[in-house]
Amino acid sequence: MVFTSQTFEILTERHTQWLFAKALLTTVELFITSGVVAFLLGSALAVLRLFGRTGSFLVSGFVEYHRNVPIIVQILVWYFGVPQIFPAQWQDWTNDHLGGFFFAVVALSLNAAAYISEDLRSGFRAVPNGQMEAGQALGMSYLQTMRLVLMPQAIRAALPALVNQSLSLFKSTSLAMAIGVGELMYIALQIDGETYATFAAFLVPTIFYLVCTLALMFFGAWLQRRGTARVLRAR
Amino acid sequence: MFEILSHYGISLLIGQYPQGPLGGIALTLLMSIAALLLAFPVAIGIALARMSPIAALRRSSAIYVYFVRGVPLLLLIFWAYFMLPLVTGFNAPASVTVVCALVIYEGAYLGESIRGALAALPVGQVEAARSLGLGYWSTLRRVVLPQALYNCLPSIMNQFILIVKNTSLAYIIGAHEATFSANQINAQLLTRPFEVYMILAAIYFAICFSLSRLSHGIERRIAAKRSGHVTAIPSAEPHIASVTS
Amino acid sequence: MIEFTHVRKWYGHYQALDDVTERVGQGEVVVVCGPSGSGKSTLIRTINRLEAIQAGTITVDGTDVNNRQINVNKLRSRIGFVFQQFNLFPHLSVQENIALAPVNVLHRDRREASSRALELLDKVGLAHKAQAYPAQLSGGQQQRVAIARALAMDPPVMLFDEPTSALDPEMVGEVLQVMKQLAKDGMTMVCVTHEMGFAREVADRVWFMADGQVLERADPTSFFQSPVHPRAQKFVADIRSP
Repeated sequence: MVFTSQTFEILTERHTQWLFAKALLTTVELFITSGVVAFLLGSALAVLRLFGRTGSFLVSGFVEYHRNVPIIVQILVWYFGVPQIFPAQWQDWTNDHLGGFFFAVVALSLNAAAYISEDLRSGFRAVPNGQMEAGQALGMSYLQTMRLVLMPQAIRAALPALVNQSLSLFKSTSLAMAIGVGELMYIALQIDGETYATFAAFLVPTIFYLVCTLALMFFGAWLQRRGTARVLRAR
Repeated sequence: MFEILSHYGISLLIGQYPQGPLGGIALTLLMSIAALLLAFPVAIGIALARMSPIAALRRSSAIYVYFVRGVPLLLLIFWAYFMLPLVTGFNAPASVTVVCALVIYEGAYLGESIRGALAALPVGQVEAARSLGLGYWSTLRRVVLPQALYNCLPSIMNQFILIVKNTSLAYIIGAHEATFSANQINAQLLTRPFEVYMILAAIYFAICFSLSRLSHGIERRIAAKRSGHVTAIPSAEPHIASVTS
Repeated sequence: MIEFTHVRKWYGHYQALDDVTERVGQGEVVVVCGPSGSGKSTLIRTINRLEAIQAGTITVDGTDVNNRQINVNKLRSRIGFVFQQFNLFPHLSVQENIALAPVNVLHRDRREASSRALELLDKVGLAHKAQAYPAQLSGGQQQRVAIARALAMDPPVMLFDEPTSALDPEMVGEVLQVMKQLAKDGMTMVCVTHEMGFAREVADRVWFMADGQVLERADPTSFFQSPVHPRAQKFVADIRSP
């Protein structure tokens, strides 16, 4: 790996640029798909927790598993392990139709959902007790009050943690490379393998990640400012 | 599943040792402990730099932290993998490379935890120490750091758990730790990947879960001991506890 | 001993000290009183440079406090400061709290510092608590330890910033007792306090402050019986009939 003017030449080739663009797109796809699923699942889990001892126990188990096992191991379990326990008829279809991307999304979203449910749980605890009573006193059902009164407040309280979590999720898309998904890290390695321009090959994902995480951080800060501003103005 | 354990248990535990380098869970733990110990001075340095009255230190440490937090750990590992031979002149084994990457990574994250603990210390402590005539370094050594480090012990334990999980990435560049051993076993067996990887997951679960119980216990003890005075820094909300990346 | 010359201080646009010019002689006990927000705590904190000033000079024993060239740690080791919130070091025992600075700043021998600590603890009536930790002591006990800690440096002047304001009423007496003894032993003291009984008993002079200025200075008897300045008159009247 020598630093010459040729080191960065490969970046000017359209082929390389196209590869990186595709990789960035894949990363973003992974992020958004996993993020949406994770948020929906995480919210459901947060609510499920409130349903008595079994609900709480099941969700706790789910959360503890995803907290104490490394993400890469979770990905490996899903990609290599789970298809094996599918019944034989499914296995062919699985091999043909479900690739690394699918299992990466499954693993990443379940993992993120566990953390999101915990973040929302903390957010819930920050909502004053009387809110549920007030909603029901007005005649709203439990689920209505939950949806219209409690969840919005819980989400606002949990916002910093949720933004942080989305940052983590974005960065963990890099682990999908281990099962062959063509995101930034995978492509960087591929380009390095072809051209030996290692520095340039890894500089691009570095810059991409920094820009995206910075953007996410600013977006999060903007969301928080919007959230609090509305509350303050209402007074 | 138990046949796998009895047959391959040893290789999961210590890799190919003594016919080869140390591996498996033993290497995982070794790397984790090394990373934490080496990251400590770096983290304290970063924390102090972030709060330093010297603007240049403040800004450069802030850039360092934002950079490390903005890229995935895997990317840092690859950078270390390619840059270390250039910088040091010789090829370090993969496990050493990963430990270096983790030290850089934890320097930022652990540094932020320590910075939080430093900021949470009542300002009266520093005022009292300075009023007695203790200088900057004396105040730090005798009054501030003993209290701050003790208070962020749960946070430190939490970072250690993250380190243990993060070592699982080392297999990608060829370190023979627990995940690598599991992959090898799977490559030999081929027909039972689910059991092999569930065993791997169970191993990490056992280690990390016990460590987190320990951390909670420590947190409770600290809160009890310091009741009224400086309260323990909670062992990080879930979002800090999240994810290897 | 302590001299203020045209001292002014601002917090942003808010003026905390407005042209303060005063003197504290050796062996004098000065009590600074006034309504809250008058600048009393700010004034006392400028003496050992816990707060900076924007104009004027403050000298302690001839040394200009705000001179950038001086060793501020050396200056502070010669000024004893007692805080409203005690600020004992929770991770050290009482004896260690007192011996810390003498060992690390004055470079005294550890054993010597420890035995001196015990002497001082005895003086404030807490010799039996030498091995206890601050969390195990009552507020009044902690403040007495804090006084001993400041005295361990053998300072020529002691500053007290509302030392009894954070204490439950039944513990105020034990701390004032220690302070009165110090005054009788000839220590130069500046005390910001609401304890007017203390002022009447041991103070040589009382400074009345309001809005960042020293509006009146007089001996305690004159001040409390017939204050001159209208603000002071209101203050004394308010104290008398709470």
